[in-house]
Amino acid sequence: MPDATGLELIAQDLRASHPDAVLSTKYFRDEATIELAPAALLAAAEALHARGYSFMASCHGLDYYPDEPRLGVHYQLLDMPNVDRICLATRVSTEDPHVPSLCGIWPGANHPEREVFDMLGVVFDGHPDMRRILMPEDYEGHPQRRDFPTGGEPIIFTYNEDKLPGWTQ
Amino acid sequence: MEVTRSRLGPARPAEDFRIRQLRARDMLRGDIPDEELQQYVEERVLTTTLDKAVAWARGNSLFPATFGLACCAIEMMSLPGARLDIARFGFEAFRASPRQADLLILSGRVSIKMAPVVRRIYDQMLEPRWAIAMGACCSSMGVFNNYAIVPADKFMPIDVHVPGCPPRPEALMHGILRLRSKIQGDPPAGWRERYGAEGTEEVLGAADLPGTNAINVFQSGETQRA
Amino acid sequence: MDAVSTPTPTGLSDYRKQEESVTLSSAPATDEGDLDQELMTINMGPHHPSTHGVLRLILTLEGETVRDVKPIIGYVHTGIEKTAEAKAYWKVIPVVERMDYLSYYFNAYAFCGAVEKLLEIDIPPRAQYLRVIHMELNRIMSHLVWLGTSCIDLGAISVWWYCFRERESVLDLFEMSSGQRMHTRYFQVGGVIEDIPRGWVERVRRFTRVMRTRADQYAALLDKNEIVLQRLRHTGVVDEQTLLGLGVTGPLLRAAGNPWDLRKAAPYCSYDHFDFKIPVGTIGDNYDRYRVRHAELYESCDIIDQALDGLPEGPFITEDRKVALPPRHELATSMEALIHHFKLVTEGFRVPPGEVYHPIESPRGELGCFVRSDGSSRPARVHMRDPSFVNLQATAPATRNSYIADLVATLAMLDPVLGGVDR
Repeated sequence: MPDATGLELIAQDLRASHPDAVLSTKYFRDEATIELAPAALLAAAEALHARGYSFMASCHGLDYYPDEPRLGVHYQLLDMPNVDRICLATRVSTEDPHVPSLCGIWPGANHPEREVFDMLGVVFDGHPDMRRILMPEDYEGHPQRRDFPTGGEPIIFTYNEDKLPGWTQ
Repeated sequence: MEVTRSRLGPARPAEDFRIRQLRARDMLRGDIPDEELQQYVEERVLTTTLDKAVAWARGNSLFPATFGLACCAIEMMSLPGARLDIARFGFEAFRASPRQADLLILSGRVSIKMAPVVRRIYDQMLEPRWAIAMGACCSSMGVFNNYAIVPADKFMPIDVHVPGCPPRPEALMHGILRLRSKIQGDPPAGWRERYGAEGTEEVLGAADLPGTNAINVFQSGETQRA
Repeated sequence: MDAVSTPTPTGLSDYRKQEESVTLSSAPATDEGDLDQELMTINMGPHHPSTHGVLRLILTLEGETVRDVKPIIGYVHTGIEKTAEAKAYWKVIPVVERMDYLSYYFNAYAFCGAVEKLLEIDIPPRAQYLRVIHMELNRIMSHLVWLGTSCIDLGAISVWWYCFRERESVLDLFEMSSGQRMHTRYFQVGGVIEDIPRGWVERVRRFTRVMRTRADQYAALLDKNEIVLQRLRHTGVVDEQTLLGLGVTGPLLRAAGNPWDLRKAAPYCSYDHFDFKIPVGTIGDNYDRYRVRHAELYESCDIIDQALDGLPEGPFITEDRKVALPPRHELATSMEALIHHFKLVTEGFRVPPGEVYHPIESPRGELGCFVRSDGSSRPARVHMRDPSFVNLQATAPATRNSYIADLVATLAMLDPVLGGVDR
């Protein structure tokens, strides 16, 4: 991991080249995170790729409900020769959930970004094949959002078996 | 896609095989108009012995379909393995094509994307066919009680449920042997007669109907009679 | 492909129409100019007699040559991550174990490691060694299942029985230590749930001794076998740069020549105490993938033997009563232990808010667990970065312009476990 000072140096370089890109940096439990504005994600990713973080380990999303902006997307980057990890984070709201896709830099972001779209509804601009990957194609709703119900079948006990439909017919 | 079933023959009450045997024997002793008795006895005597023999043969030569979905599939794969040899019962011929199989061992969790596929494969199997729901996930919702899983009872008839997560191969073996004794004791092979389920056919929800709920696989609609 | 389209009020949705028609692939077929034959789109799966799970492939074929492969997944999507948000942290462990169903100890350790990072607790050394032993046994078991099912795909069906015979021995060891064959819930946050019984160490030593002999037997059967060589040599080749761009890790990357292994690069859970090698291939074809995984069987046996030799005494779970249950006998005498037990069982421990990503090396590559905690006793987000999910993107480059038979062999050598792919 880059230590805290290394992270600040990286953030400084990014700020120098793209003034409004870096929103904040976080160094927590020996892990470095840079929070970026969504529009600057592509440029920052290219800059870090040139700096040596050339392997994309993971792309995942999460829902910060009820904090706004709600939907977060994280890209875990890895510098293999130096064994360094860094996380690029960005947050968008549900009204305008657009994030530039990093498929151009890392073709391996294809499936993970589709999964973030499927589960959370974040649309990746520039993705070659933006459709659902895990749920059926005509499914409505984004399951991993925190206000999406977990669903499931009610568990039938003797106290509720009369009220559940279709059980005692 | 509408699916409707209709009975071809005269409706008969589905009864336990043993009860029908006893009733035939009682009728032989009692007073019944000739033709009806004749027909009744002919049917009963012939079907009784022949059915029993056929059922014995069917039970001893089940061809399971290779249908591994998730973790239970790995335990199902241990069945033909060397330790718990399923070949000593004659069930080692796992057929890849559902047309050639008569036992569908649903091993693993059935997601909503997979449920129509499972149903289609079950439909492609030829009667007589049986289904075992192996594991907790397809019998009930199992460990995962959420939006993505469908219990198998919702869209296909299951004969034996084997609980466990995953069930030990011995447990699955026990389930298959229970199914075998069920097959051998009960000749009516069509499952609707077996369970007295005439008139319970469901109409599948079509994608071109407005308001189709994408979360449920099927819309419960009117049942259709022949 | 169209963007997501909602069903029109009167007609079928585009997806249904597409499903019921045969269409040509949207990607250009070959760069060699004219095609000899017409392109045909064929659907393979999700139910097909390969035991790799419910993977659906849409193949665009020209004759018998595969021109394009589109994997469609999601047929065993279980909503594990959603279920995990509703459960206390220790209840998440059995749920998350069932994700990649051949490497359940790794799933559990990725999650436990992430939570332990958030909690900032130390794991006692005995627990770390026990975790290593169980994980390496699981690695051996996963590679055995892979080898057995792959050889079925190639036609060498007898190997399956031999591999499953060894697998039964491994499962016996798991049953002896934890009571369950699969999905054992043995790893807990802070250590392991129970100490190993007497006699377990000897049985594991006996197993590793036998395993090495059996692995030699598999090598004798397969390594120089003419059919295996014809089917696996120079098929499914992907070069290292493409694999790195796709995010592929694990034996696939090592077969291409890159010795990236998290156990050596960023050691966790006392892996740096052990001396083992990383098998690396040269060309990156299917034969190298087979040899890399086969060699990993020996390396895992070495790690297990070293761990057994150096197994330290001590507690098997952290002593922090706020995280781990107190031992049963204390409940009779200590009020505090009783209260801790009660709070842990009913509510569970609370984890300080934060986000961590904990990557480990599973049999298929980098398995990472991302946990976001909001300070309560339930995780706010659990995401597993599964190696098979990312490795599956290498199917298309590996099988382009090869035969269907090579596609089957390549799929087998890719070792996708669809439970991890779909979660």
